[in-house]
Amino acid sequence: MDFQGDANLKATELRLGLPGTLNEPAKQSPPSKSSKRASLEIYDESSSKKRETSSSDVDDRDSTAPPTKAQIVGWPPIRSYRKNTLQPKKHDADALGTFIKVSMDGAPYLRKIDLKQYKSYPELLKALEIMFNFSIGDCSERDYYMGSEYAPTYEDKDGDWMLVGDVPWNMFISSCKRLRIMRGQEARGLTCL
Amino acid sequence: MRALPELMDPKRARESPESAVLSRPSAFPDEVLERILSLLDTHKDRSSASLVSKAWYHAERWSRARVFIGNCYSVSAEILVRRFPNIRSVTLKGKPRFSDFNLVPQNWGADIHSWLLVFAEHYPSLEELRLKRMTVTDQSLEFLALKFPNFKSLSLLSCDGFSTDGLSAIATHCRNLTELDIQENGIDDISGNWLNCFPDNFTSLEVLNFASLNSEVNFDSLERLVTRCNLLRILKVNKTITLDQLQRLLVRAPWLTELGTGSFIQELTPRQYADLETSFKGCRNLQTLSGLSEATALYLPALYPACANLTFLNLSYAALQSEELARLLAYCAHLRRLWVLDTVEDKGLEAVGQNCPLLEELRVFPSDPFDEEIVHGVTELGFLAVSYGCRKLRYVLYFCRQMTNAAVATIVRNCPDFTHFRLCIMNPGQPDYLTREPMDEAFGAVVKNCPKLQRLAVSGLLTDLTFEYIGTFAKNLETLSVAFAGSSDLGMQCVLEGCPKLRKLEIRDCPFGNKALLSGLEKYESMRSLWMSACKITMNGCRLLARKMPRLNVEVMKDEESNDGQSYKVYVYRSVAGPRRDAPPFVLTL
Repeated sequence: MDFQGDANLKATELRLGLPGTLNEPAKQSPPSKSSKRASLEIYDESSSKKRETSSSDVDDRDSTAPPTKAQIVGWPPIRSYRKNTLQPKKHDADALGTFIKVSMDGAPYLRKIDLKQYKSYPELLKALEIMFNFSIGDCSERDYYMGSEYAPTYEDKDGDWMLVGDVPWNMFISSCKRLRIMRGQEARGLTCL
Repeated sequence: MRALPELMDPKRARESPESAVLSRPSAFPDEVLERILSLLDTHKDRSSASLVSKAWYHAERWSRARVFIGNCYSVSAEILVRRFPNIRSVTLKGKPRFSDFNLVPQNWGADIHSWLLVFAEHYPSLEELRLKRMTVTDQSLEFLALKFPNFKSLSLLSCDGFSTDGLSAIATHCRNLTELDIQENGIDDISGNWLNCFPDNFTSLEVLNFASLNSEVNFDSLERLVTRCNLLRILKVNKTITLDQLQRLLVRAPWLTELGTGSFIQELTPRQYADLETSFKGCRNLQTLSGLSEATALYLPALYPACANLTFLNLSYAALQSEELARLLAYCAHLRRLWVLDTVEDKGLEAVGQNCPLLEELRVFPSDPFDEEIVHGVTELGFLAVSYGCRKLRYVLYFCRQMTNAAVATIVRNCPDFTHFRLCIMNPGQPDYLTREPMDEAFGAVVKNCPKLQRLAVSGLLTDLTFEYIGTFAKNLETLSVAFAGSSDLGMQCVLEGCPKLRKLEIRDCPFGNKALLSGLEKYESMRSLWMSACKITMNGCRLLARKMPRLNVEVMKDEESNDGQSYKVYVYRSVAGPRRDAPPFVLTL
């Protein structure tokens, strides 16, 4: 059984699977034809997107494979009750899981809010005003919180601090990781753009 | 239970001349022997005692008050009542465990009703019924409530088929009820009115758990119930109970040993918060705490005074962050069992390792099991951190998205006392993320280092080597769960041949075929059950098994999820009751 030659060729072959999977001829059985095995390969591909800290160059070519979410029945093995309790909207792929922290400059403690409770910026800002007992002024397209010493900002997925209100609402709730209500000089800088 | 024919009809056994020869006259009169044996507690001890001699067998069966049936189809109600005439407490488990994960179709069976009919005739003094994965209808609950005047204790875990109307019947008619424990069932939650059905003069309740019901209950009813039931020691309310309502309940029942809070988020005034804190201070006996849904950093500190004696903290429905958990754990030095969501991340688990040296059990559940976009959760680092700080760890259930062989090897070196090791790498067939190798060595390390291992669940990319290790080293293994693993029949064979104490084997999506299935022919009679789905079993293999082993029930279902129409779900179990008579059309008994 001369697999040596084949193995070397296979090692350099460009493919979408992770190296080391489906590639050891001696021990592994060939992938079966059932749909379960097919989705197993899909899972290998999509999981590679997250391996930033681990293997370096391997992931680059894998990231071109779009992860298709072939959900396997009964996997991961979590009781239905628990599944339904934690994720009532599990098909909403854009939504973040839970609450986000809200801090306000000068306030002694942080709060948490569920972004999914709100449908628009005015609703959110109103809720923040009530929660922290302050006034943010009008949120209009051009003037951005004029007349207020507060400016609502948020940290996005990339870790950058952005002014609340620039992007469409749905994009905002899917990228917002935490909120900070700035006040004073810093805030004035933002509102006078 | 062994199927010894002469013991099946106890009356005959007493009278037949053969049995007189076989049994020696006992040194004690029967009544004394019964009294002595009635002190035996565990089912295993009682089983052992019943095998000593005929006299002991009969003394044991007359004195037994509690029976545990791990597979409701392994025995029939008729056989049960014939052998044990004085049962007060019955524990029954029904469907195969994979039914929890939707792998078993509806109406599969495990209906309690036929049992209740027999019990009504033979155990009219029945006091306790504990059911897991059984189908229970409202009609059954009403029957139970009406036909058993001494009924005291009802526990339903992961059951289905009933609604809150059934609970109304229990509350209305069970005058002596001490326990109502409703957990994680698939039920029809119509309303919270059932709580109002407890009569005004009803005061015997000691345990009330309705945490997993969603409907709002009438708080006044609940408060009055808690007030008049001064033996109440376990109270777990549902999410509709607010913080200030909880505070009022705690004032009424400060001697609770187990508490499940409702929702832990609310706009509290400083005065309300102070009251809450005071009420928690008053709970000096609290050993178990759960609930805490939507708990935030703001109100968790109110709990701290109640945590001094906590041994079990269940945060698996509270999406805590790492700092929140760390601050809470600083007050929980005596913790032995901890359940959390992976929102606490590795940092939170570091805090576990630092604060809980007595920890024996850790369960980490995934908060977002299906979302692959978000890189949250726990990794091998969290598990490692716990293993360094909690050397007494013996039970772990860990859901993660990455793991390494080296980490697991270190973990089991730190904690060699594992009895239950359930690791779920959520991506099926995922290798060691650093080395890209299969996870064989991880589980090899587990079985080599943990001689007391009773239960194992494996995951990740695994070849037959994992199962060779298991068969070679896991000599105390009783339960094994396998998914998306193995390379060939050899894997399953190794386990069947190598694990003498194996009782439950459940397998899904593995390349094990007929050869593997048939290699366990003699083994299955010493096991409770075998489940195999989406493997390479064919109908012929199942037929052969059924033909060779007539004392096994071999049940086959078509696998709806597979594309090729060749896949089956096979459930094999030993039984003294023969093939079941209530099998639905989609279950073929061979």
